[in-house]
Amino acid sequence: MAKLVFTQQLRRFTEIPEVESQADNLRDALEAAFAINPQLRTYILDEQGDLRFHVVVFIDGKRVVNRSSLRDVLNPHSQVYILQALSGG
Amino acid sequence: MKAMVATRKGLFELIHDDGRWKLDQISFLGEPVSMCLHDKRDGTLYAALNLGHFGVKLHRRDEGSTDWTEIAAPAYPEQAKTDDDIEWKLKMIWSMETGGFDEPGVLWIGTLPGGLFRSADRGNHWELIRSMWDKPERKGWFGGGYDVPGIHSICVNPRNPQEILLGISCGGAWKTLDGGQTWALSAAGMRASYMPPELAEEQNTQDPHLIVRSKIASHVLWCQHHNGIWRSEDSAASWQQIHTPEGIPDFGFTVAAHAKDPNTAWFAPASADQRRVPLNGALSVSRTRDGGKTFESLRNGLPQQDCYDLIYRHGLVVADDGRNLLMASTTGNLWASENAGDDWYLISGNLPPVYAVRFF
Repeated sequence: MAKLVFTQQLRRFTEIPEVESQADNLRDALEAAFAINPQLRTYILDEQGDLRFHVVVFIDGKRVVNRSSLRDVLNPHSQVYILQALSGG
Repeated sequence: MKAMVATRKGLFELIHDDGRWKLDQISFLGEPVSMCLHDKRDGTLYAALNLGHFGVKLHRRDEGSTDWTEIAAPAYPEQAKTDDDIEWKLKMIWSMETGGFDEPGVLWIGTLPGGLFRSADRGNHWELIRSMWDKPERKGWFGGGYDVPGIHSICVNPRNPQEILLGISCGGAWKTLDGGQTWALSAAGMRASYMPPELAEEQNTQDPHLIVRSKIASHVLWCQHHNGIWRSEDSAASWQQIHTPEGIPDFGFTVAAHAKDPNTAWFAPASADQRRVPLNGALSVSRTRDGGKTFESLRNGLPQQDCYDLIYRHGLVVADDGRNLLMASTTGNLWASENAGDDWYLISGNLPPVYAVRFF
């Protein structure tokens, strides 16, 4: 199952779930995390469902480029890191 | 009396103790706090955060509590497929005000990129005011100080909270008389020298830096505009420019109105649009006590050489007693006056850049 790892910087605002998901794409895997902690959604996505401008996601070492669709493919062994982009300060 | 200071790196509370203001409790240390609000009706405090990575958040602290609770932040609805070049995404909470005393729980929030939001339940839920957002004139707005337009002034008439005046950079001034159901431009008389001459008096592209309303005479409003100072005596139906004397610039961002005297207001001038620092490196506060006919330049206790502080929109406030003032700068200095601005003293010279100061 794909593993999601959220930046520890989020701990000062909300709880960070440990997620291992059978989802085959990024958006569905994120939804699994939001199901555990609904408050997390607004920290990662904006109100249009896009990845926040200063949040960056890496899947197996490759940065996610399309911030809207989030349909990047996950395989059963994918490692997904959701991190702060340094552009955000 | 207490006060709070919203800064680039936290919310700082002030207490008045042993005859002077002092820093007290700090909340959200390290986080940008773009605006704060005290609701006199129930004692609640609100703090708007603008997290660098994780978006705009809103927190509430009930009276008597020391704990903040995250509540819903305003959110724009799904963006329609239009030719709108503004993203329907909350960028910043720039203004927060309470509704009338007969409207418990009603709150107003003004945002970048220009949406007005209303809550009827102390911020548990927010509604975008579509009657304003869907105005075709919004397409003519543009950013003033930020990349996108924003609502920085929400002037609720304390005698009739159905009447509200908004100040928008850059989108002029807009008034509702029915609690936000309908809106009309209300910037007649303002003039913008940054526009082509034929558009200088266009109401929809004025840049009022801040608009404040007199509490005692609610038909009187003051405006520190990008191109000078204006005043209205007819609930913003018309605006009259006020001219400052030689040596007192009329450029600035802020204005504070006396709660009990509609002819008294304070300003924090900078040299000029093209040089946004105090004139000759000497910080001053301008005060008029006759509706803008004459001005005094108040300097006692303020730095008079090598000073480059700028007082931004929400950085100068006066308490309801008309004697206590607080003023804070984008370079982190915070001053107090306890005699209507005649004399000032430094509370702190080491704060983060200050976004807003409020008494409570």
